Amino acid sequence: MTMTDDTTGVLGQRLLRREDPALLTGEARYTSDLPIPGALHLAVLRSPYARARIVSVDTSAAASMPGVTAVFSGADLADTWAGPMPCAWPVTEDMKSPTHYPLAVGQANYVGDGVACVLANSATAARDALDAIEVEYEPLEAVIDLEDALSDRVVIHDEIGTNRSYTWDLKIEESEGQVDQAFADAAYSVKERYIQQRLIPAAMEPRAVAAIPQPFGGDMTLYSATQVPHILKVMTALTLGIPEHQLRVVAPAVGGGFGSKLNVYAEELLCVALAKRTGSPVRWTETRSEGNQATIHGRGQIQDIELAADSDGRLTAVRVRLIGDMGAYLQLVTPGVPLLGAFLYAGVYELPKAYDFSCTSVFTNMTPTDAYRGAGRPEATYAIERAMDALAAEIGIDPLELRRRNFIPTASYPYEAMTGLVYDSGDHDRAATLAAEMIDYAGVRARQETQNVPGATKRLGIGVSTYFEMCGLAPSRVLASLNYGAGGWEAATVRVLPTNKIQVVTGTAPHGQGHETAWSMIVAEKMGVSPDDVDVLHSDTAIAPLGLDTYGSRSLSVGGVAIAIACDKVIDKAKQIAAHQLEANPDDLEFSGGEFRVAGSPDRAMPLAAVAFEAFTAHNLPDGLEPNLEAHTTYDPPNFSWPFGTHMCLVEVDTETGQVDVLKYVAVDDCGNQVNPLIVDGQVHGGVVQGLAQALYEEAVYDADGNLQTSTLAEYLVPAASDVPAIDTGHTITPSPTNQLGVKGIGEAGTIASTPAVINAIVDALSGLGVRDVKMPASPNTVWRAINEAQGGQQ
Amino acid sequence: MEITVTINGKSHTADVEPRTLLVQFIREQVGLTGTNIGCDTSSCGACSVHVDGEAAKSCTLLAVQADGSSITTIEGMASADGTLHPMQQAFMENHGLQCGYCTPGMVMAATSLLAENPNPTEEEVRIGLEGNLCRCTGYHNIVQSVLACAKS
Repeated sequence: MTMTDDTTGVLGQRLLRREDPALLTGEARYTSDLPIPGALHLAVLRSPYARARIVSVDTSAAASMPGVTAVFSGADLADTWAGPMPCAWPVTEDMKSPTHYPLAVGQANYVGDGVACVLANSATAARDALDAIEVEYEPLEAVIDLEDALSDRVVIHDEIGTNRSYTWDLKIEESEGQVDQAFADAAYSVKERYIQQRLIPAAMEPRAVAAIPQPFGGDMTLYSATQVPHILKVMTALTLGIPEHQLRVVAPAVGGGFGSKLNVYAEELLCVALAKRTGSPVRWTETRSEGNQATIHGRGQIQDIELAADSDGRLTAVRVRLIGDMGAYLQLVTPGVPLLGAFLYAGVYELPKAYDFSCTSVFTNMTPTDAYRGAGRPEATYAIERAMDALAAEIGIDPLELRRRNFIPTASYPYEAMTGLVYDSGDHDRAATLAAEMIDYAGVRARQETQNVPGATKRLGIGVSTYFEMCGLAPSRVLASLNYGAGGWEAATVRVLPTNKIQVVTGTAPHGQGHETAWSMIVAEKMGVSPDDVDVLHSDTAIAPLGLDTYGSRSLSVGGVAIAIACDKVIDKAKQIAAHQLEANPDDLEFSGGEFRVAGSPDRAMPLAAVAFEAFTAHNLPDGLEPNLEAHTTYDPPNFSWPFGTHMCLVEVDTETGQVDVLKYVAVDDCGNQVNPLIVDGQVHGGVVQGLAQALYEEAVYDADGNLQTSTLAEYLVPAASDVPAIDTGHTITPSPTNQLGVKGIGEAGTIASTPAVINAIVDALSGLGVRDVKMPASPNTVWRAINEAQGGQQ
Repeated sequence: MEITVTINGKSHTADVEPRTLLVQFIREQVGLTGTNIGCDTSSCGACSVHVDGEAAKSCTLLAVQADGSSITTIEGMASADGTLHPMQQAFMENHGLQCGYCTPGMVMAATSLLAENPNPTEEEVRIGLEGNLCRCTGYHNIVQSVLACAKS
C-alpha cells in the first residue's frame, strides 16, 4: 500500500524492525531475565476458595523453612499501605468499590486472591514454603452468575451491602421519548441477547516484577512487565506513600500485554513494599497457572440489544442494556470498560438521536476483569454486527445490502454521531466493496445455492462485520466527562545531538508494537535524516519522565503525533540558527531533505548537521536563543481517531460434528496514513486471530463454586498455528483530518472486527437449518447442539 | 547431582537439584536467558531448544536427563560475527515476531521442522509448529517466515 500523494520518502515503507535482532538472538532482557544479585524471591499464597472468611493464618512453620527470610499474612502488612489498590475510573459519583489490598484481610473473594506471602532466597524455596503456611478458612457461598449477583441473593462484600457497583446511563437529551416512539413506529425490529464470555488475555510473557531499593540513598527502582510504567509510578507512589520523585519505574522488554499489563497489581506493590521493608531487592515471576487466576480477565458481559428500523431497513433507534461482570474487585480501569463500548452500539451506521444505553455492573467471586484488547469496543461491535444480521434475516435481505443502506455516507464526514462524538473520516462503502471483491462475495452466495441444499452436511457460510475502532485515547476533556482519573495526552522530546544523531524520548511504552522502528521513521521523514540515525528512548521514567503509556491504540495517533510536533519545534529553532548563519530572514528559509535553503538562492544552504553543531558550540547564535537543538511537546488530541473497515469470513460447517473450518478470512482496514505497512499488517493478523479465538476457542470457565476450570494453557485454548487460517489483508486509506500525520490507530481493529465476522459466518451457514444464534466459543459441541436444538432435537 | 552438558559448543559442569528442570538450569545456572518460560504445563513451547539436534521443550526434561547431551539454545544460532541464522533472518524479513517472547522457541522449533522436512507446505508448517504458541502475530507471518526460509 502507498501513502497519499502529499507524502513521500520513508513514511509508508515496509521498513524491517530494528527491535528484531535483539529479540531474535536472546539478547533482549525481559524482567525475569535481569540479573539482580542478592534478590529475595516473592511467592504468594492464593485462596483456593472463591469466597471464604480467613479465620486465621499461621506463618510460623513456613518462616522456619530453609531459605525463608520472612512470611506475611494480609493482616501483617495492613499498616504498609497508604491506601487500597487503585481504581482510576470511578464512573459514577455513587459507584461502589470494595476495599482491595494486595493481600486479603478477613475475607478472600476469588480463587487466586492473595492471602499470604513468602520471601526466600530462591523462587523454589519461596514456593515450597507456601505449603507450610496454615490458613483456616470458613468457606462462604460464592456468586458466579451475573443475574444471580444482580439479585443480591448473596452479597459478596458486606461493607458495600450490594453486588451492584454502578449503573451508568448514556444520557442524550434529544433521545428522550424518541426511542420508545421509534420502536412503536418501527417497520422491523429485533431484540437479541448475546453473552460475552470471560477471556484470559494470556500474553506469552507472564508478569514479572523486581523492586530494587537503595536503603541509604532512599530511591527505589521498580522493574515490571508492564504496559504502563508512568501510570504505575504515580499509583505506586500514592498507594505506598513513597515520594514519587524517589521512584523510578522501568519496563524492560515486555512480552505482550493486550491490556493485561495495563494495571497496577498486588505483586508490584508487594515487591516495592517488601523491598522497602527488608532493604533487599525483591523479585517475583508469575507462573502461568497463577496468571490465569490472578492477572485480569477480559470481556464478561450480558448484552441485550434492540434495533428498530423503517420499511427500507434503515435504523431508527437502538436500545442497549448491559450487565457487566467486574469480578471480585475493581482493578485500574475495570468499571470503565463497558463505557468504552457505549459509544459504538450503532456501529458505522447512520442513526438519528434515538439511542438508549444503560449498563449495570456487578461484583462476582471471580478474577477481576479489566481492559482486554479492544476493551468494550469488541463487545459493542459484536452486538451491533450480530444484531444487524438478525435484522437482515427479519427483513429478508442480504446482510451486506442492509449494511450498505445504513452506512454513514462518506460526504457526511466529519459526522456527529448520536452520542455527540464526532467521527473524523470514513468511507465504508469503499472498504466493504474491496472486502467483497477479495472474498468473491457474489461467488460465495452462488456457491451456497448449490452447496447448502437440504440434507447437505457441509454447509458454506459467509459472515460480514463492519466496525469503527474508537481509539487514540484520548482527548483529556472527554475523559473528564467520563470521570476518568487521568488525561489522555502524550509527551515527546526530540533532541538533535552535536553529531546530527537524533534522540527521541517518547511516553509510549511498546511491548511488541515496534515503536522504535515506527517513531524513527516519523523523525526521519520530518528531519530529513536516515531512520538509522534516530534512537528512540522509552519505558524508563528516569529517561522518559512524562507519558501515559501504551493501550487503546493510542500510541501512534497521540504519541507519534506528539513526536511530529516536537520535530516541528526543533525545525523552527534550527531555522533561526540557520537564518542567522546564512544572513537571511528565517521566513525566507525552506527546510527539506535535511537542509535549510534560502528560497530563490539554492547556493545559500545549511545542512541540519551544521546547524546542530552550531547549536551545540553556541559560539554564534542569534541573540536570546538558547544553545542546543531540543524541543519538548505534550500533545492532547482534539478527538479520538476512528479507524474503520470491513472483515469477511468464509466457513464450512460440518453439521454432523459441529466442526467449523475457516476457509478464508479477509480483513480490509482503514487506519488512515500508514507509517509502516509491515507493522500494520502484523497488528491486523494478530488482532484477527485473537478475536477469532473468542469466537471459536477461548473461555475462562468457572464451576458453580467459583473454581477456575481453565487455569493452565492445557485447558485454556489459546489457538496454535494449525487452528487458525491465513489472513488476507487489504487496506483503504482515508487520512484522519485531526492530526498532521493523517494517522489513526490499528492495534485493536482486528480483534474488534473478527469475532462477529466468524459467528455471523457460522450462523449464515446454518440459517437454512433454522439456527439463529450460536454461543461463543463455537466449539464443535456448541455448534452441534445449536443445530440439534433448531431441528427440534434433544439437547 | 553433578552433570556435564554442552551448550552452544561450551561444556558446563554443575551441581543441580534432582528436581531442576533443564530450562531452569539453562536460565539460572548457565545464565542464558534467551530461552523463555511461558507456561507450566509444556503447552506453549517458548522454552524450545535443540537437544542433540532435535527440538525439545526444555521444561519437559530434568537437567539430570540432559547429562552428557549437546544443547543448542537461541544464543547459539547466530554466527559469532553477528550474522543471523537463516531462520532468524527470515523471521526478521517477514515480520515473524512482535513482542519476541515466543520467538526463540519458535525459531528453534522451526529450524528443527525444516531439518526434518526441508520443503513443507503451508499446512505442514502450521501443524509442525502447533506445539508453540504465539499471541501477537496470529501466526500468519511466522508461517511465511518458515516458508521463506525453506525457499532460500
